[in-house]
Amino acid sequence: MTSPLLEVRGLVKQFPVRKNLFGRATTFVSAVDGIDFDLFEGETLGVVGESGCGKSTTARLLMHLIEPTAGTIRFGGRTVGTAELPVKEFRRQVQMVFQDSYASLNPRLTVEESIAFGPTVHGVSQREANARALSLLERVGLDPRRFAGRFTHELSGGQRQRVNIARALALQPRILVLDEAVSALDKSVEAQVLNLLADLKEAFGLTYLFISHDLEVVRFMSTRVLVMYLGRVAELGPTEALYTGSRHPYTTALLGSLLSMDPDHRTAAPPITGDPPNPIDPPPGCRFHTRCAYAEGVCSARMPALLAGAADAAPHWVACHMHAPRSGHSKLKAGAAPETA
Amino acid sequence: MTPGSGDEAILDISGLRVTFTGGPRPVRAVDGVDLKLWRGEVVALLGESGSGKSVTLRSILRLHPEKKTRIEGGIRVQDVDVLRLKGRALADFRGKRVSMIFQEPMLAMDPVYTVGRQITESIIKHENVSPDEARRRALTLFEQVRIPSPARRLDAYPHEMSGGMRQRAMIALALACNPQVLLADEPTTALDATVQVQILLLLRELQHQLGLSMIFVTHDISVGVEVADRIAVMYAGRIVEIGSVRDVIRSPRHPYTIGLMSTRPHGGRLLGNRLPAIPGSPPDLANLPPGCAFAPRCPHAGEVCGVSAPAPVEVSAGHWVRCVRTDLTAKA
Repeated sequence: MTSPLLEVRGLVKQFPVRKNLFGRATTFVSAVDGIDFDLFEGETLGVVGESGCGKSTTARLLMHLIEPTAGTIRFGGRTVGTAELPVKEFRRQVQMVFQDSYASLNPRLTVEESIAFGPTVHGVSQREANARALSLLERVGLDPRRFAGRFTHELSGGQRQRVNIARALALQPRILVLDEAVSALDKSVEAQVLNLLADLKEAFGLTYLFISHDLEVVRFMSTRVLVMYLGRVAELGPTEALYTGSRHPYTTALLGSLLSMDPDHRTAAPPITGDPPNPIDPPPGCRFHTRCAYAEGVCSARMPALLAGAADAAPHWVACHMHAPRSGHSKLKAGAAPETA
Repeated sequence: MTPGSGDEAILDISGLRVTFTGGPRPVRAVDGVDLKLWRGEVVALLGESGSGKSVTLRSILRLHPEKKTRIEGGIRVQDVDVLRLKGRALADFRGKRVSMIFQEPMLAMDPVYTVGRQITESIIKHENVSPDEARRRALTLFEQVRIPSPARRLDAYPHEMSGGMRQRAMIALALACNPQVLLADEPTTALDATVQVQILLLLRELQHQLGLSMIFVTHDISVGVEVADRIAVMYAGRIVEIGSVRDVIRSPRHPYTIGLMSTRPHGGRLLGNRLPAIPGSPPDLANLPPGCAFAPRCPHAGEVCGVSAPAPVEVSAGHWVRCVRTDLTAKA
């Protein structure tokens, strides 16, 4: 593969949860706790994980909506937030669509004004911004003559999400971060929006970071998939390789939780028991060891590194001691990664 | 819209119409629902937002604001005429005969009392037993829903529990007075995938064990398949298709059900393929089209569909569809 469009290294975000007498934070929750990944031009990277795993925090960190505690983000080889690439310039390249289509639009602006607002902030003339808004409305399947003058409360959920997508595209970004963008939509409308996203990606040569809790939708949309658990990357690999040959026990359990849709083969037993632990007080070592059927001493003692297999055609990364040579785990998998990956 | 059966229905909804009159225009959220629930049976009520599935469910416990809601038709739970219940009789009915679990246990439970206190209160209120006895029963219930270290958890407040644990506690609360009918309103929708499976399996197991009759409202077909004996698909306030899980999943006959089944991204699909989508969006309930409400989005719609609401047609034993063009939807 070519050099990545976006490189994320050692990204950490801690939120204060308790303050002492003097207003200084004493306890932190690490919502994102040291994650690394690349985003390549033209791909769709799906991000899955359960609530509290840090997927939305990752999206907000990428957009610089919140400041990372540590770590770097490089875009096209330039470090974001430095003189090389100021945040404002970076934001024009990366835009975001949120889950709540209603809360993310200004209720006092018409659809046309909402879409044209961003470009004018970035120095595009009002006239050109309006023209861009109308052509984008057409592009997302909303007739500009009918919809340009409407307010957001006059739209259905699916229509509002189309406006949000048009607004995100108004700055002609290269990357779109979609944070549960279809999760609030009804199933019959969801398919329409997914098809629209696929069309737009092709038409504008976009790169997507597609965050969702819905494993089926992620499989449909993504080139590669990143699985998060309690603020860490558990697994990252090509979509079909990961769905048909998952390496991390958590990914396997997550996929095993998919319901069968077959009344003659109902799920007989849950793949894992218990709830995800509280991220304020994460378990030591591998974050998953408290729920993992293969957990051994080494799993609670040391945090596993993210390694790719030595024989992978396309790199398939996993953070699990069973896949790390010389980890001392008794169930070491064959073809495990070289130590230096 | 159900097959005749020797056994009597434990719950019988007939011609149910629910109209909300609080707004500027009356909104008919449920428009003629007939549904019989047999003893020990689980029916999944499937539909999208605004289809009337939750409104139907809540009508059974009369949870809608009295002054702003008009309920017509009939709801009977065995010998009880639910729509005629008043005051004390209604309070006795709720929780004792028919009980309900909600999507968000954090909102359904009282945050200032411990979970155990809420369960014992419910038991004492409905059955004349001592506090000690009520506490013993609460403990048994917690063991039944498999909450670890149940004695300690009885003294926990709702916010001290995780999402899955809270949902288990709410199931315990709903079962506290041995109801005959359990209503579930999207009980696993707010849960993570790995926790959802656990709760679904628990509900299925309890239903078997206690012989409960259940109505399970969900927007997710796969959840319905996992727990139900029959599936009823709702659209714009009407049941448009009902039948055994096998019939509805394997040979759906209403164009809406067929559309829903095919829009699911399922299994290994090559990138670049498009999903078959249902065009348009669900109708405005205050402004329903005459005739079949799905006609404007339906690939098979003809002139006849706009004339009057289609009557249910039995396409195979116990499989009913409200569509006049079922000849076009039969599998070739």
